[in-house]
Amino acid sequence: MSTEARKPPLQIALKIRRILGGKAGWNGVAVQFAFAAILGWIGYEIVSNARANLENQHIAAGFGFLRNNAGFDVNQTLISYTGSDTFLRVFVVGLLNTLVVSVVGIVFATVIGFIVALCRLSPNWLLSRVGEIYVEVIRNLPLLFQILFWYLAVLAALPNPRQSISLLGIAFLSNRGLVVPSPIGQGGLGPFLAVLALGIVASLVLRFHARRALFQEGRMIRIWPYVLGALFGLPLATMLVFGLPFTFELPQLRGFNFAGGSRIIPEFVALTVALSTYTAAFIAEIVRAGILSVHQGQMEAGSSLGLSRGATLRLIVVPQAMRVIVPPLTNQYLNLTKNSSLAVAIGYPDLVSVFAGTSLSQTGQAIEIIAMTMGVYLLISLLTSAVMSVYGWHVSRSLGA
Amino acid sequence: MKRVTLALTLALAAGLAAQAADAQTLKTVKDRGMLSCGVSQGLPGFSSPDDKGNWTGIDVDVCRAIAGAIFNDPTKVKFVPLSAKDRFTALQSGEIDVLSRNTTWTISRDTSLGANFTGVTYYDGQGFMVKKSLKVNSALELNSASVCVQTGTTTEQNLADYFKANNMKYEVIAFATNDETVKAYEAGRCDVFTTDQSGLYANRLKLANPNDHMVLPEIISKEPLGPMVRHGDDQWFDIVKWTLFAMITAEELGVTSKNVDEKAKLENPELKRVLGSDGNFGEQLGLTKDWVVRIVKAVGNYGEVFDRNVGAGSPLAINRGLNNLWNKGGLQYAPPIR
Repeated sequence: MSTEARKPPLQIALKIRRILGGKAGWNGVAVQFAFAAILGWIGYEIVSNARANLENQHIAAGFGFLRNNAGFDVNQTLISYTGSDTFLRVFVVGLLNTLVVSVVGIVFATVIGFIVALCRLSPNWLLSRVGEIYVEVIRNLPLLFQILFWYLAVLAALPNPRQSISLLGIAFLSNRGLVVPSPIGQGGLGPFLAVLALGIVASLVLRFHARRALFQEGRMIRIWPYVLGALFGLPLATMLVFGLPFTFELPQLRGFNFAGGSRIIPEFVALTVALSTYTAAFIAEIVRAGILSVHQGQMEAGSSLGLSRGATLRLIVVPQAMRVIVPPLTNQYLNLTKNSSLAVAIGYPDLVSVFAGTSLSQTGQAIEIIAMTMGVYLLISLLTSAVMSVYGWHVSRSLGA
Repeated sequence: MKRVTLALTLALAAGLAAQAADAQTLKTVKDRGMLSCGVSQGLPGFSSPDDKGNWTGIDVDVCRAIAGAIFNDPTKVKFVPLSAKDRFTALQSGEIDVLSRNTTWTISRDTSLGANFTGVTYYDGQGFMVKKSLKVNSALELNSASVCVQTGTTTEQNLADYFKANNMKYEVIAFATNDETVKAYEAGRCDVFTTDQSGLYANRLKLANPNDHMVLPEIISKEPLGPMVRHGDDQWFDIVKWTLFAMITAEELGVTSKNVDEKAKLENPELKRVLGSDGNFGEQLGLTKDWVVRIVKAVGNYGEVFDRNVGAGSPLAINRGLNNLWNKGGLQYAPPIR
């Protein structure tokens, strides 16, 4: 004689039937499982057959080659690398080169894209025509030609190292690239970095506090003097106590080239310029569409509340436009990353050039290397999309939508 | 470039997955009525197309000789231009029947690619080209130089070894194709262009002012260049191997494309054996009795091929050197046809 409400029966089985089988019920579930099993079997057959045939033809297979010595050099390495390192390290070197050109390209493309979009939307006739011409010219030319153009243009414009352009005697510009002094860590480096990190964390905490005060209590707190102090004052004070964090090694012309210093190679510059200007043309259109999608009334509402034009744009229009902008923007970021594989045309040592190019022909293991390279591009793209999805979700949530 | 590699890789995966290519290359070629031959994308003297699309060069003539032996018609060849990094995949996937693309014979390529080298068409070695204005006379003066190189070649590894062994620093800039490499060298991106020495002479002709550039005397590697075929078809391997030997033997015996018919009528026992009126060596290969006559009529003997494409009769004007016959101070030597 229980008075408790009856629990509904467990309905896991029914749920499975509904999700997998749909209207077809249990028959549908059976068909789905059979289909999945057949797909799995076909995949297994392909792999095992390919493996057996490779073995029959005495073509080396497997990933053992990654531990072998590569025996060739690469001209831009973000981690230390010599010819006696392994193919695995070549893979990492190439991957980092791809990532650095993608990240720098994405940052520049976004900045240029926003600027061009604002130009196009500007009431100024000249500015808006300049923006329009930029977009129409850049996005309608094949990217490969733009990369080759920038590369040959950069090379043609620069002198050889012996006649290099000296910038204040510390940096040198020639057709071997831009050589700048490279920092060398000193005793004061540890405390300097620690204090800098502390300053950044403190500034973020302050900002969080100030926003909460503004939104919950309506109080405006002026935090910028404290932020400046935390970011610049404290590290400067540390330098006075512990000594210089690093000194600079100056480049010097020796023989054919500069010795010492760090170098930005012309291939990197050409590729970054081409990728970011090209992608910026598309981003500009996306941003323009996003801003135009926000109703004119929002702008008017802002002014009637007494906000300035800049504040209205920053606080009201752009946050709403971001909801429209973020998903296609993600596409452009992915395109830029994938297009960076055109680097091989101008000798920039990206993943495709050093790994799917040189390493492939040194080892002949095409299937493994191409599969690894495709896997990496897939991973980079999925990670980029994931980050952008989180950002998009954040933007929507903050609008309460 | 990447798309080609990708397509070839997929073709390779699909081909391997379906079933290993059957070992009947000769039959396949006969059924198709065409020999499919992998060559370079344009290296004067070895394989390059003219403005009408006709291919010429030593590597091209090897394929024409094979087609001559099979079809008695040296024009029945389809030339497939391949970049350095796509070449092995194209051979493995069955896209081409023979790879004749200035490819260096090394142990790793011979053992791990599922393919075999059939012989040496040209004994080469890696060298360096610089601008004369740099006033460099030896490769040992190249410390800290920037070097342009084509990616996917043994050249990159030889380069690394040479500079390391001589304690010199350098910067390498690797391009996907030969033409891009030459363009970057000409634009001043690098001080040095390196590839096989024959290639240096060939590429020098492409520069605006060939006389402003010089090839340094050092040869830093052994680069025996030869054709490759797939593993597992010994008959086809023999045909490609003996086509080259037939060309060398013809030169040894003084048989040329002009006098081959008269030589065939002579009562010399060796000539009769080689030119097919005695014995049936051609049939044992799966060809016809007069296979050597067909080859010599198609392209001439080895000496004629060399002179026409890279030697005295060509703009490259390279000395025979190592590529002379063994009895004239060179290395070219064919096992006897008997």
